Amino acid sequence: MADKNEILAGLAEIVNEETGLETEEVQLGKSFTEDLDIDSISMMTIVVNAEEKFGVKIPDEEVKNLSTVGDAVDFIANAEG
Amino acid sequence: MTRRLVITGLGATTPLGGDVPTLWQNALAGTPGAKTLDYDWVEEYSLPVSFAAEAAVAPSEVLSRPETRRMDRSTQLGMVASREAWADAGLAEADVDGDRLGVSFATGIGGVWTLLDSWDTLRERGPRRVMPMTVPMLMPNGAAGAISLDLGARAGARTAVSACASGTEALDVAIRMIREGEADIVMAGGTEAAIHPLPLAAFSSMQALSRRNDDPAAASRPYDVDRDGFVMGEGAGALVIESEEHAKARGARIYAELAGAGVSSDAHHITAPDPEALGATRALNRALESAGAEVAEVTHVNAHATSTPVGDKPEYAALRSAFGDHLESVCVSATKSQTGHLLGAAGAVESVLTTLALHERRAPVTINLENQDPDLPLDVVTGTPRELPAGDQVAVCNSFGFGGHNSVVAFRTV
Repeated sequence: MADKNEILAGLAEIVNEETGLETEEVQLGKSFTEDLDIDSISMMTIVVNAEEKFGVKIPDEEVKNLSTVGDAVDFIANAEG
Repeated sequence: MTRRLVITGLGATTPLGGDVPTLWQNALAGTPGAKTLDYDWVEEYSLPVSFAAEAAVAPSEVLSRPETRRMDRSTQLGMVASREAWADAGLAEADVDGDRLGVSFATGIGGVWTLLDSWDTLRERGPRRVMPMTVPMLMPNGAAGAISLDLGARAGARTAVSACASGTEALDVAIRMIREGEADIVMAGGTEAAIHPLPLAAFSSMQALSRRNDDPAAASRPYDVDRDGFVMGEGAGALVIESEEHAKARGARIYAELAGAGVSSDAHHITAPDPEALGATRALNRALESAGAEVAEVTHVNAHATSTPVGDKPEYAALRSAFGDHLESVCVSATKSQTGHLLGAAGAVESVLTTLALHERRAPVTINLENQDPDLPLDVVTGTPRELPAGDQVAVCNSFGFGGHNSVVAFRTV
């Protein structure tokens, strides 16, 4: 099981690949929409790539609750556990 | 009073080079763009044709990674050409009114790689893995939309889809947008990226492609008695079309006048050209009429000339019918001999070449013409570029597409 730092690093890579944002900008407290300017289509791509990378399921109805990077990291950590 | 339109910027990414200067240099030198394809899928599917004319510079080398991920290859190529044309027109630093800026960007097929890759993903990995950008990437208006976003063009973004006539028809659309007063500037062009096993198999299946697998460089040979089909190419061409008053007010460099265009449809057969070429002749006549040009003013033709046994003849019939005896005084360049056939981008790239031919007064060469078909007695430019005469003159660029689409654009020196 990956720890939260590893999940954050992996998620940052996915975000970087999709949006071109530097990985250092992807921090736990950052909002996907407000701070990182990620639209809903990019968000879905990130979610699907995260599912694949971490071997978890992130249901569509859950995605709207993942407003910050930290929310996503927590969700993935719990889902993995 | 009809507004005069001028061409102030050019862009292209093609098998002959990743930009216009390289394209032009190679088009004058006579450089074959076709090569053997180095992909596993050629052998995997036992494709009967194992070569094509790929873009010389991959768009991923020019665009950022996120751009590449969110655009089909066809949109990527169009974006590269559009940005070059925009900078070339001196508009990158200009204060442009986006409400008066339009886009007319064509394609023959659209995002065929995205469509078929997504289908593979669905079948192999399920619907969850089908990426949410799939639809905006595969739609044929993908390039027009992405370019309008890139430039902040808000006067409309249109997409002519008329198979291999698309790139030329995009200029007809641009002319209408400016003459109707919808826009002062239009980014016009065409793009195609269909060197994929399915289109290769499908065009092979209809016997349209050359099978000269042992000598790709010699495969595209318009007007030659040994021509056996076209060579699939990919790339994009872009032209900044501007009303003359707008271009002059900002002191823009003007390559040529985009004098007029003519579009017609054969209503003869879904793929075969009308042997009497009535539709193609009407398009030629309309283009000259729209340009206010006399036949005697025409000095140069960039021909459609795809190198198929059946296709090159009706175009000759149309040229003979429209120009009569004056055809003897017209030099013809069949640049698909070098670039291959860029399908929906062909007319755009060839319009770039026609514009430069007038601007530099030099017609590019046709390669691989060893034994000219005696039924096609045209004055074809071979060997070295042909000097065009001094003085005011007109050149035309022809494109014809499956569906019976005929599209001709007329350019005039300035």
